[in-house]
Amino acid sequence: MSEIHGMSQRGGSVSSQVRYGSEVQSPVIEAGTADIIVAFEKMEAMRYINYLKPNGKVIVNDKEIWPMPVIIGKAKYHSDIIGELNKLADVTVINASQLAEELGNEKVTNVILLGAIVKAMGLDHIDWDQIIANNVKKKFIELNQIAIKKGMDLV
Amino acid sequence: MKKLFTGNEAAARGAWEAGVKFAAAYPGTPSTEILENLALYDEVQTEWAPNEKVAVESVAGASIAGVRSLACMKHVGLNVAADPMFTFAYLGVNGGSVILTADEPGMFSSQNEQDNRHYARAAKMPMFEPSDSQETKDMMINAFDLSEEYDVPVLFRMTTRVDHSKSIVNCEDRKDVPDKPYEKNIPKYCPMPAFTGDMQKKLYGNLEKLKDFSNHCKWNYIEDNHKKLGIIASGVAFRYAKEVFGNDASYLKIGFSHPLPMDLIKVFASKVETIYVLEENDPIMETEIKAAGVQCIGKDKFPQMGELLPERIRLAAFGKTQETIKPNPKAVVGRPPALCAGCPHRGFFYELSKLKNTMIFSDIGCYTLGALAPYNATDACICMGASISGGHGVSQALKLKNEDMNVVSVIGDSTFFHSGITSLLDASYNKSSYLTVILDNRITGMTGHQQNPGSGYDLKGNKAPISDIENICRAINITNIRTIDPNNLQEMKDALEWGIQCDGPAVIITRWPCALKRLSEEDKQEFPEVFTQKYHVDMDKCIGCKKCIGTGCPSLEFGRVEDRKMNITESCVGCGVCSQVCPVDAIIKG
Repeated sequence: MSEIHGMSQRGGSVSSQVRYGSEVQSPVIEAGTADIIVAFEKMEAMRYINYLKPNGKVIVNDKEIWPMPVIIGKAKYHSDIIGELNKLADVTVINASQLAEELGNEKVTNVILLGAIVKAMGLDHIDWDQIIANNVKKKFIELNQIAIKKGMDLV
Repeated sequence: MKKLFTGNEAAARGAWEAGVKFAAAYPGTPSTEILENLALYDEVQTEWAPNEKVAVESVAGASIAGVRSLACMKHVGLNVAADPMFTFAYLGVNGGSVILTADEPGMFSSQNEQDNRHYARAAKMPMFEPSDSQETKDMMINAFDLSEEYDVPVLFRMTTRVDHSKSIVNCEDRKDVPDKPYEKNIPKYCPMPAFTGDMQKKLYGNLEKLKDFSNHCKWNYIEDNHKKLGIIASGVAFRYAKEVFGNDASYLKIGFSHPLPMDLIKVFASKVETIYVLEENDPIMETEIKAAGVQCIGKDKFPQMGELLPERIRLAAFGKTQETIKPNPKAVVGRPPALCAGCPHRGFFYELSKLKNTMIFSDIGCYTLGALAPYNATDACICMGASISGGHGVSQALKLKNEDMNVVSVIGDSTFFHSGITSLLDASYNKSSYLTVILDNRITGMTGHQQNPGSGYDLKGNKAPISDIENICRAINITNIRTIDPNNLQEMKDALEWGIQCDGPAVIITRWPCALKRLSEEDKQEFPEVFTQKYHVDMDKCIGCKKCIGTGCPSLEFGRVEDRKMNITESCVGCGVCSQVCPVDAIIKG
């Protein structure tokens, strides 16, 4: 697993890459070889689409976060990024941020998206409830378990 | 016990298993988490040092006194620490000592891409270069043993991908390493001309012996696969090469990279027809291999600048990359980092950017982002501390040129402690006349909230004495000092206007916590209402003039909720800067 971090809190673009298998040498994914891309924001899916293998899958959170050039009016946020993405790849759009808000905490957006990729990758047989119980604070366990199921149901 | 560790976690674990007792660092991406993880082990005295030079000196002292010691820093930090390091190599060690440099091919959060493998050559020090987390842990343990065996501090070079990538590590117990007795030994520890000759002979002689180690150690090994192509690679470039060439090449993996295992390289060269040297950044191995009379291909074919990612190796070797999907460029806008919502630097930069005829010398930290739109409020920036001394030089040169221009230096609290104090001493001693603004956000912000000498806590979370910036300034003869709240724009504006017309050096300290800081009890008392409320836009009052956008706040969006009206998103933490800019009082608390 490789990640470039630090810039996210300051509005920058951040990516993490996960590779697993019987033998993993490079921690980073070679451009054009990712099986799946999960984007927490629409435009970021487009930015990193060159990492996807030709028949790979994209799961996109239907969320728009304006970067500073858009906020200050120096650039325009494309009006139909999903449409543009659909021309390029097999795209599943999920409104994870809104669903997370409906569950009462926008912070579980990531776990809804996790549920979606788990399903898309055929890994839903794993005991995710237990994994969540082992990794989140007690008072958030149930919320996260609901969130991951929600995500799985969307794919 | 197996764990999924980043390289940084593995470095900390390795040092702990090796019996390290003292460790010091100054935070810097990508190295920061090493000390943060080492601090979790009770047996190790871990400390944030004010800067890297101090860290290496304290580590040298701990070594001389007889315990194993570790200093960590990012690549540019080693420039700061170079002075003690070169001579520490002459002295040698008592307790084993490792100096870790985290280089940044790709410059994700750095001001340059220097290759610190050069330092091993220049200082005549042995160097390890791990390529994943397991190697990091294992090599760290070996580095401490080697340091004691050869009586020399050891350089340990990691890179961003090795630091931040996670892979599986087999953890073991901490070794019981007895403390070494300290014995007074002037010829060993005092580098005066009478002794430096012998010290130098020992150091250079060591390097000869280490060649033997390099040729036979387990970190440098051959993988025989193919006669046509042989690849010599170090660090993460070895992993990338394996992905691209697989079993279609033979490999010589270099993990102990200074001195190079030249005998082994010659053996490898005799087995293969063509050799590629894959190393990130400078052609260091390539140059030495060619000088030893071995033909090889390196930077003529593979890029020197940036990371040597698999797609770049593939393109260079085969003339094409994997098939990729091209993004629609019209649908992608750059996403540069920006000051956070509620950042206390916002009010400062908003007012600073309005000053006319002003040369602004900035420094290394979040406030370097003041150079970007909408502020564009920076003229130059070099390294930590350079804002104040650079500003002094600008100010003196303008005087020599008879030019009238305001000069403002911008520096953060942690950076001021790091190397700004001596710069300000320069300004006061040499009777400069310009303004320095110290942005005191009560924490080391950019690297992710490490404590510093002004924050009141140490690395382990214990209370520590607070070094007061105002008092430090007074002690070095700065008399024009104001401490203000940067979110109050009128106060900020008045202070700037006062500061640039002062006779003699002036200092403004903007004191407000980072919007992301976990507030201490002292912060809560000093800033009782900080970040407790939000602002919203009264849509009936908003005239859509977009003046508030000039504050560059990411919580603002225009025309998204209502046409031609401003909106404030949930990310607002209530600094109130935008409301002071609004000409019609449409931005309201609550």
